[in-house]
Amino acid sequence: MKDRARRAGRVVSVYAKAQAKWVGVALIAIALVALPFALATAGTAWVRIANLAILFVFLSLGLNIVVGFAGLLDLGYIAFYAVGAYAYALLASPHFDLHLPFWVILPIGALVACLFGVLLGAPTLKLRGDYLAIVTLGFGEIVRIFLNNLSRPVNITNGPQGISRIDPFSFGSFSFSRNETIFGLAFSGPIKYYYLLLALLLLAIVINLRLQHSRIGRAWEAIREDEIAARAMGIDTTRIKLLAFAMGASFGGIAGGMFAAIQGFISPESFVLVESIMVLSMVVLGGMGNIWGVVLGAVLLSFVPELLRYTVEPLQQALFGRSIIEPEVIRMLLFGLALVLMMLYRPAGLLPSAVRKRELAKAAP
Amino acid sequence: MDIFLQQIINGLTLGSVYAIVALGYTMVYGIIQLINFAHGELVMIGAMVAFSVIGALAGTALPPVLIVLAGILAAVPACMLVGYAMERIAYRPLRGAPRLAPLITAIGISIILQHVALLVWSRNPLAFPQIIPLVSFYVGGAIITGVQIAIILTSVLMMGGLTLMVYRTKLGIAMRATSQNPQVAGLMGIDINRIIAFTFIVGAGLAAVAGVMVGTYYGIAHYSMGSLLGMKAFSAAVLGGIGNLAGAMLGGILLGIVEALGAGYIGDLTNNVFGSNYQDVFAFLVLIAVLVLRPSGLLGERVGDRA
Repeated sequence: MKDRARRAGRVVSVYAKAQAKWVGVALIAIALVALPFALATAGTAWVRIANLAILFVFLSLGLNIVVGFAGLLDLGYIAFYAVGAYAYALLASPHFDLHLPFWVILPIGALVACLFGVLLGAPTLKLRGDYLAIVTLGFGEIVRIFLNNLSRPVNITNGPQGISRIDPFSFGSFSFSRNETIFGLAFSGPIKYYYLLLALLLLAIVINLRLQHSRIGRAWEAIREDEIAARAMGIDTTRIKLLAFAMGASFGGIAGGMFAAIQGFISPESFVLVESIMVLSMVVLGGMGNIWGVVLGAVLLSFVPELLRYTVEPLQQALFGRSIIEPEVIRMLLFGLALVLMMLYRPAGLLPSAVRKRELAKAAP
Repeated sequence: MDIFLQQIINGLTLGSVYAIVALGYTMVYGIIQLINFAHGELVMIGAMVAFSVIGALAGTALPPVLIVLAGILAAVPACMLVGYAMERIAYRPLRGAPRLAPLITAIGISIILQHVALLVWSRNPLAFPQIIPLVSFYVGGAIITGVQIAIILTSVLMMGGLTLMVYRTKLGIAMRATSQNPQVAGLMGIDINRIIAFTFIVGAGLAAVAGVMVGTYYGIAHYSMGSLLGMKAFSAAVLGGIGNLAGAMLGGILLGIVEALGAGYIGDLTNNVFGSNYQDVFAFLVLIAVLVLRPSGLLGERVGDRA
């Protein structure tokens, strides 16, 4: 009798827990929907910052597949972002006078980035982890140097000037860049983009969650923890690692395409090494291998520097009468410190993945 | 003929700088199997400190050689201090951790050093004051400048000194023992922590001199000059076989020559489709080619697979 009652109690508490969880999800959903309008009251710039933050979450999720799931340190990740961005810019701008719709180009961008991922991965994935890091770093630089110089003899990338007047996303006559009033609410261009990006991001998160627990995801985890053992278990390690590279690259490619459309202008300046390191910091800060941790890390490292920009600058003006430390420098110091301090004191990240925590806490023999 | 010889001379000069920097990478890698990403920043700090001192002394009546020497004497201890601090703060606590961890702190340290330098010396590059008279000699149709001769001579001297230290002194024996097997070296009474710190310090000292050399060669020092140079030097170390001292020297000089010849001839070879603005690509192509075809490098004997 007592037993049954206890069991019933447990069932109730499980239900209550599930309910609380759904209430939480609903609250977050409402907050996310309302966010752009709240930000718009502080200025459209903040909505743009939110959009960039979503792009960075997207990028971090992609890099997390490579670094977090498969344990391969990729320091040239921004190259795939660049490839996606340039693919979009070339196919939807007056540069070649091509204006394909975005739902055609985004998959093309993902595919091209994926191709580059395979191109880089195929010869290098046999290498040990730290060599791979350097090679990917070099690859990122090579891509940037080519973007900078491929304006001669045939003008493909327009060199350092970059490509401007890139088409915004549009469905028929509905353009995402135009201001509009729907149901009495004023939708500015960035707000419309926000909802589109949010939808794509949710899709990406679902894909990542499904991927993590799939056969492939488990294979990545196995390789990360012990490559030799994984091979002994019958995993084709080179192929599976290549898959991680290709998938991470496609995410980067899609994010790049969206970046090109939102900004309307891209140049090689946007794809420097520092950007790769920024994305890496986001993944490391949140917790390599944990999807929610990575989301948190990317959001934090996107917003905190902007907040600093708006607080530190006036503060310095008030205290010293001039700006001593540029906000940009503070931002970079923050990224550097995040990398060092996280590795020293909380190597598994703010929201550690359970497996990763165990692994990173393990002392070497 | 003269273009060829000229590019060889230019390549030798840059190559000997790469070799000195590559020695720092290779020594650290040999002893704790860590790629010290921040090593390039040490070169930058060396150049910046030296240039500050040289700039301050340029107005005085001291002979130019003494001024440059004073710059080097200021840069070397500064870099050694930074190198030691780096090891203590960012690498030593992580010695037992998985490989990914110290790699990531190394990147963080590199970013921090770069931006601290930016704060100290601002965004504007420091120029090398015109104190050294331009001396040049003609060798078989090519020109070699006094600065180039000085760079090559200094590098040769430092490489010789380092080789003597590693192979002839007690400290060198301790270093080699630690790199072969730290546990057993510890049992033999070697203070491993001290030896590892010492390795970082020596590497940092070399980097400081390399910084002064490359700064003098280009006439300019800049807060972001370290990372590209560092990457190239690392490529050189891998080319020669990482962990191998002679390999780093050979790799550095070879890479310098490949780069100079590549930049000199790529225009002619490709009908001007690609120009010398692709110079920086060569180091990475060499790196990727070596890693794919011969991961142990030219002189490296063992292929470590300790993933």
